[in-house]
Amino acid sequence: MRYFTHLFLTIDQTNSTLKKVEAFVRFLDEAPDNDKLWAVALLAGKRPKRSVRTNQLREWAAELAGIPLWLFEDSYHVVGDLAETIASVLPADESQSDRSLAEWMTYLKELKDQPDEEKKIAISEAWLSLSKHERFVFNKLLTGGFRMGVSQKLMVRALSKHLNEDENMVAHRLMGNWKPEETSFKKLLVEKDAEEDLSKPYPFYLAYQLDKEAEELGNTTDWNAEYKWDGIRGQLIHRKGTLHLWSRGEELITERFPEFTDKNSLKIAEQDFVLDGEILPFRDGEPLPFQVLQTRIGRKKVGKKTLEKAPVILMAYDLLELNGKDLRHTPFSERRAKLEKLVNELNSPVIQLSKLIEFDSWKKLQELQENAREVKAEGIMLKQKRSPYLVGRKKGDWWKWKVDPLLIDGVMIYAMRGHGRRANLYSDYTFAVWKGNELIPFTKAYSGLTDKEMREVDRFVKQNTIERFGPVRSVEPEMVFEIAFEGIARSSRHKSGVALRFPRISRIRYDKKPAEANKLEDLEDLIEMIEG
Amino acid sequence: MTGLPLLTFNDNGIYCPKGDFYIDPWRPVKKALITHAHADHARFGSDHYLANKGSEAIMRYRLGDDIKLETVEYNEKLSINGVKVSFHPAGHIIGSAQIRVEYKGEIWLVTGDYKLTDDGVAEAFEPVKCNTMITECTFGLPVFNWPDQESVFDAINQWWQNNAREGKASLLMAYSLGKAQRIFRHINRDIGPVYTHGAIFNSNEILQPQTSFDLSSQRITSETKKAELKNALIIAPPSAINSSWSKKLKPYSLGIASGWMALRGARRRRAADRGFILSDHADWKELNEAIQLSQPENIITTHGYTDIFTKWLNDQGYNAVQEKTLYTGEMVDEKEEGGEK
Ligand SMILES: [Zn+2]
Ligand SMILES: [Zn+2]
Repeated sequence: MRYFTHLFLTIDQTNSTLKKVEAFVRFLDEAPDNDKLWAVALLAGKRPKRSVRTNQLREWAAELAGIPLWLFEDSYHVVGDLAETIASVLPADESQSDRSLAEWMTYLKELKDQPDEEKKIAISEAWLSLSKHERFVFNKLLTGGFRMGVSQKLMVRALSKHLNEDENMVAHRLMGNWKPEETSFKKLLVEKDAEEDLSKPYPFYLAYQLDKEAEELGNTTDWNAEYKWDGIRGQLIHRKGTLHLWSRGEELITERFPEFTDKNSLKIAEQDFVLDGEILPFRDGEPLPFQVLQTRIGRKKVGKKTLEKAPVILMAYDLLELNGKDLRHTPFSERRAKLEKLVNELNSPVIQLSKLIEFDSWKKLQELQENAREVKAEGIMLKQKRSPYLVGRKKGDWWKWKVDPLLIDGVMIYAMRGHGRRANLYSDYTFAVWKGNELIPFTKAYSGLTDKEMREVDRFVKQNTIERFGPVRSVEPEMVFEIAFEGIARSSRHKSGVALRFPRISRIRYDKKPAEANKLEDLEDLIEMIEG
Repeated sequence: MTGLPLLTFNDNGIYCPKGDFYIDPWRPVKKALITHAHADHARFGSDHYLANKGSEAIMRYRLGDDIKLETVEYNEKLSINGVKVSFHPAGHIIGSAQIRVEYKGEIWLVTGDYKLTDDGVAEAFEPVKCNTMITECTFGLPVFNWPDQESVFDAINQWWQNNAREGKASLLMAYSLGKAQRIFRHINRDIGPVYTHGAIFNSNEILQPQTSFDLSSQRITSETKKAELKNALIIAPPSAINSSWSKKLKPYSLGIASGWMALRGARRRRAADRGFILSDHADWKELNEAIQLSQPENIITTHGYTDIFTKWLNDQGYNAVQEKTLYTGEMVDEKEEGGEK
């Protein structure tokens, strides 16, 4: 655990990417292979199953610290992080354990089926044998919430340095459904697998938001434009008679979308392929609101009713592999031609081609972009015709050009203490709009303010509290905020009857009085407008 | 308690009706007894001040040379209008005192700010038995447990040395009164030169005559060359974080020495490279220990997590209440953390 904790501390103490990569490479050079594998797994978001409930952890930690549970809870509200709170309240360590990260993972796994009393003894012993920092890391392993400020990109860079291998190769090997318990560092990243993993996806190429005038991109003839669809990014892989669907979060989601494995909707051709596209709720030739897809995302078993209510398709926009041949290095226009041919041959209702938009001037394209909501799109995607399919987020060849967000002015009525970086600050707010004389909460938002603004709002909250409920305070309805969001739909789960997509604060409206905030009718008008 | 309490809280501060004096008032009054020279305890404008001898130089520097200030030694017994008053070491900063007030056998104690660790700079804390204790609780949560100061100063020296090796300055944020001198007492000056922000340079000059170790440093001025700073430790008050003053010192590694650095979120929010857990206030254990040693029946809590700490004390069988004051406790920078007092 020493190496891994040291890595964590070093990364936690710097904001420089260069230093983080350096620290990671040093860790990889020093730590045993098993620890390296686990570190990579954890940072790639592969979490072991929880073997202990967090409620139990709270109780045991409070007991070991000799404090009542309420005091532990109050402390947790201030600290904002459970793993840190536990690490801080416990008495100093009694001995020093030499267990490695991999050994700790096994230790935790074996706990899973033990009776609670055994678990308690094992966890207490572990706590008392670890230093404060090690405890923090250990608790993160226990609670499964491991975030370390290490992006996939950064990890790939460090691994490629350590292994002296090409970054794309490393990224590809990291993908897929591997489990640290079932493989080894060598097998996963060093040895070339003879039996190629048929399900393995390619790393996605991600576009940046267009940060200049479209005219600056040069000749319109060098570019293809398509609508940007509001679904989830997916890769559909057909190799040697097997079919796999991956989400951008590198999750295998084949089972959740049986429409693609249903022989009636997709007759698999002779050809092998890897398609990149958008999994989109879709009916009668039109996309449905994103909220419809949300009813499918969390669901593992999908019944007939759900399939009828929330049908999906793959809106295909790129072809990465055809009959075993990696096409990523060929120009987009060539891939596109092959894609059109393939989709045509597949002739399936669940695989649609994302159509190219005809345009001969940027001005004309801008008009279409501004009206993208009318075709149920989020904006426009621009792809350089000559561009290869790159790995990760790279600037230059692909741009997303999203429509401006929708805006509503709401009054802040609740505030909650933040977590992690914002612990101790009231940083999460609930906003309301008017329904007659009543303020109806319609959304929460916590991002979009600068640190300085957040401190100002924090001060306002503390000075204008009406009531406290644990970490939440109701406040005088005085401050008006402009809330930006990407979409809106009806929702029976919310008191307001509406649900927003990607809500965030766009600015504080110091110039507006609470009475000037928007009304619930305004939100309903927006829905009318969009659903038309 | 029967009759009028010996000390009460009013709009001006902590008042003793029998003796007709205030302790650490936040508005100008006739007679002010001062626990220590921090700005939230020793405020401008009162007619008469009474403080420990060690506070005199800083108080005259901050409040004006011409203030009417009487000083006493620790443990010296005074009588004000028949009320017995004495000052006892609080271990917080040079000259800091807990003020003991006694009338007809009933004893009240105003702790001011305090810590139990002997930092080698302030006169070491001495517990005072009392019936009613007015105690600070800036860090009155069980998550605040200070590491021993030796390990903290080792870490500071190590950090400085690493930065010096990489050719960049080490900018360390610490209160100009108290923490800055404590750092001078414990750093290894063989590593490189020590520079200071004007506020700390001035405090050091004033405190040098009453200090047994070397407080000398070079003041950062417009003439200071970047080349001089590449292996330097620069000590500055927390208000200089992200200021135009500190921008001129780049490249540097930013360290913050504060009790709040025990919270990972507090450090990350300020984008500090290193947080050193170092406070001149008592941590959770010390607060509880001080209370046990003072053996009060009644406790009044001020600054910090008063609501939570008060509930805890009541759980422990004390008769505890909280009071709102204008003391700000320890702050990482001027506007934050102190808001909820
Ligand atoms: Zn103080
Ligand atoms: Zn104070």
